[in-house]
Amino acid sequence: MPQYTQYQPKAYRPRMSAYWYLDQWRYLRYALREASSFFVAYFCVLTLVQLAALGTSATRYAQFEACMGSPVMIIINAIALAFFLLHAITWFNLVPRVAMRQMLGRPTPDAISSGPNYLLWFGATVILALFFLGVL
Amino acid sequence: MSDTIILEVARFNPERGGEPSYESFEVPLRPDWMVLDGLNHIKDQLDGSLTFRWSCRMGICGSCGMMINGVPTLTCESLLINYAPGPVRVGPLDHFPVVKDLVVDLDDFLAKLQKVRPWVVRKDDFKPPREFMQSPAQLEAFHQFSLCINCTLCYAACPVSGLDPNFLGPAAIALAHRYNLDSRDQGVEDRLDIVSQHEGIWDCTVVGECSVVCPKNVDPSLAIQQLKLTATKEWFKSFLLPRGKH
Amino acid sequence: METSSHDILIIGGGGAGLRAAIEIAEQDPTIDVAMVSKVYPMRSHTVSAEGGAAGVAGKDDSLDEHCYDTVSGSDWLGDQDAIEYFVNEVPKELLRLEHWGCPWSREPDGRIAVRPFGGMKRMRTWFAADKTGFHLLHTLFQTSLKYRAIARYDETFVTRLLVEDGAVRGVVAIELRTGKIRVIQAKAVIIATGGCGRVFPFSTNANICTGDGMALAYRAGAPLKDMEMVQYHPTGLPFTGILITEAARAEGGWLLNKDGYRFLQDYDLGKPTPAPVFRSMELGPRDRVSQAIIGEFEKGRGFHGPYGDYVHLDLRHLGEHKIETRLPMVRELCLKYENLDPVKEPIRIRPVQHYMMGGVHTDINAATPLPGLFAAGEAACVSINGANRLGSNSLGEILVFGARAGRAAIEAARNGSPASETAVLAQGRDEERRLEENYLRKTGGTERIAKLREEMQQTMERGCGIYREHNSLVESAHKLDELRGRAAHLAIDDHTRTFNTQLTAALELGFMLDVADSIVHSALNREESRGAHQRRDFTKRDDQKYLAHSVAYKTAEGPPRIEYLPVVITRWPPGERVYGR
Repeated sequence: MPQYTQYQPKAYRPRMSAYWYLDQWRYLRYALREASSFFVAYFCVLTLVQLAALGTSATRYAQFEACMGSPVMIIINAIALAFFLLHAITWFNLVPRVAMRQMLGRPTPDAISSGPNYLLWFGATVILALFFLGVL
Repeated sequence: MSDTIILEVARFNPERGGEPSYESFEVPLRPDWMVLDGLNHIKDQLDGSLTFRWSCRMGICGSCGMMINGVPTLTCESLLINYAPGPVRVGPLDHFPVVKDLVVDLDDFLAKLQKVRPWVVRKDDFKPPREFMQSPAQLEAFHQFSLCINCTLCYAACPVSGLDPNFLGPAAIALAHRYNLDSRDQGVEDRLDIVSQHEGIWDCTVVGECSVVCPKNVDPSLAIQQLKLTATKEWFKSFLLPRGKH
Repeated sequence: METSSHDILIIGGGGAGLRAAIEIAEQDPTIDVAMVSKVYPMRSHTVSAEGGAAGVAGKDDSLDEHCYDTVSGSDWLGDQDAIEYFVNEVPKELLRLEHWGCPWSREPDGRIAVRPFGGMKRMRTWFAADKTGFHLLHTLFQTSLKYRAIARYDETFVTRLLVEDGAVRGVVAIELRTGKIRVIQAKAVIIATGGCGRVFPFSTNANICTGDGMALAYRAGAPLKDMEMVQYHPTGLPFTGILITEAARAEGGWLLNKDGYRFLQDYDLGKPTPAPVFRSMELGPRDRVSQAIIGEFEKGRGFHGPYGDYVHLDLRHLGEHKIETRLPMVRELCLKYENLDPVKEPIRIRPVQHYMMGGVHTDINAATPLPGLFAAGEAACVSINGANRLGSNSLGEILVFGARAGRAAIEAARNGSPASETAVLAQGRDEERRLEENYLRKTGGTERIAKLREEMQQTMERGCGIYREHNSLVESAHKLDELRGRAAHLAIDDHTRTFNTQLTAALELGFMLDVADSIVHSALNREESRGAHQRRDFTKRDDQKYLAHSVAYKTAEGPPRIEYLPVVITRWPPGERVYGR
């Protein structure tokens, strides 16, 4: 049967594959960024578990720490940290760009809009570092 | 360096049906030729049936957007030499139905443009005897979003547009935002209702590729995120003050 | 064949066509108006206009001064009643655009900003940075979307006007997407199809500017007026012909020859000053500035490049801030297409075909002599531009006369007498047959479209460029005859119906050959030099014989018949064109 009837050309409709995010690096980057939310959730749960252990008994906390020290957990947490950083950087850049412009009503250079975020981040890191090193 | 380059060009003839395929053509590689000049060389000298749109050849009419090596690009402002030694793969814009060869169907896009009410809405019917006063800062507030040439590269870059053909899409939403931000306009509420429906701004997952490929730096992604913020604020307002609608 | 019918049909979706459509929808919502365009409206060539639109705005300006600039700019070939009407209307039209959302550039206090322009004695050019045409077109297109009454046939290519009982009754068109032949009937038809720059090899015009509307009207019996008046813009990029706006000079840019000398002072255009002076030097009219550049080439004072001679347009002294805020597109175009930054280097430029002062002959109401047919914009010749258009008068013209054509068409649609539908449809079937036989089913042709097009362009440049003379024009006329003969044997590779751009290229070639013929013969007959029409063999203006429009009628066989129509003079008797003194 002929597919074409005169004057009724059938357009070709491309379909996206189910694995479209693997097709191109720019899409993969996006998929990884989205996946980073999973690791953020993981850290939240981990913190809750840590707090629960801390509240239960010293032995439980020692067990928790031992578990964290295992090579498997270190690898998992290193990966999770990488994703966590990706997540943080994405939103540190994005949110102020939109919000600053909304407040000021005009475009602002990226350095001005997202700069303060990084300053705050850096500041918080320094304070925490000093705290753990026993300076504070 | 070779003085020719291979263009692999997508061919699709709806009257024969089937799937698009790629055909190779050898074209001269000249230092000031754009990819579009290569396509015109094919059409003029090698195969007159090759079909594509083009007009202004100066990056302002928005006709000649195509996928070059998988990236949505205006062929009139992409130097062929940047793709040397080749081959260069030229295809129709992703995510649109293909009419023939490199020509895609834009009717749906035009309907979306119309849907966002892209004109100055005056609720008060006020027509000043002279111009509306608008300070350079007020102009600046929307100017960037008025630079869209409707080339639809952003739709080809947006996976959401590909997955959900009903998604209003970057250019149309940016256009809504352009009028919302214009100090002469009073149609914000109407347009917020339209863009915050299903398949509007909330479909956007901030892939951000629309802004990367935009040849005019319109930054439609920014427009969408700003609209999300405005829509959220409005929703909270109506939530807190149910009768606060003016 | 499919048929449909409307009260008014507009051919062309650029500035003039859209303005006409909006005017009709606003004046009378009961009128059924449709617009047919071979591209989506926002792709139309209006989009490429850069510098601005002239309209009296400031207190230190007056309508009379704008009139005088336009009259003297036209070398007294513009009709003064039309110019007065135009100058009076254009500020209102520009204001309307403002109310519709056009992002005009502003003064710090929020008022519209104006800039100087070539041949203008005051600052009166409204602008939206240097993308005025783009903003104007998109504002019009987006505003037109508000009116559901405006029906659109996008990407539909008109092949013929239907004339029955001495009046235009509609068109035959090809719907590109399907290849369907449509007969669209209408009580009034407006031609708003723009210019025909593509008959020349080196033009600022887009690929779509093939004179379709001019040729359609000409073939249907409406005459073409002042076709010999072809504007060359002084500043085009050497390879691509892309336009560098006159605003670059209005903002203070200099034209320099290879010795770094501001050569315009040698061509009776004034003395160089650091800041721009109205109607002087780089702010001279386009015809005189382009001719001066050719003068430099002939004296060997231009640069030699791979695409011919060129001179420099120097913007460096304006500084990055001014270039970035006032001329962003100039910078963008130079970076993309010439790989140079005008902030750091002078721009290479040479004169390039830009605009047709001539077009379909209309009266002040945009009506052609053919009942039911109207024309506006570059496709038409009212004439406000005469022998040389001033920069920034064309965007105003598409608005003023687009709207005027809309109103005139409403009248015609209300008062028109009906034609026999059978006769009209029979013509439609004839046209369908012609398209089938000559193109779609044609095999065995040997002539490549691109080859013929290129030969036509070369002969137009050689014979009918900035300077013409009898022999060169006669040679071009013969060459065009030969090309028309060969165009009957086109090689057609594409026999599909769907989006057949080879078919449209072939039809466009036919249109261009007809329009080119009218240009050459109009130029041949005008034995004087005036404005853009410079004859080497008749170097003086001759008001005794040629203070008149040339009007070309198509004949069945042989060259067009050229008649002359006196220019309308109201308040400004012919005088000397004085610039810079």
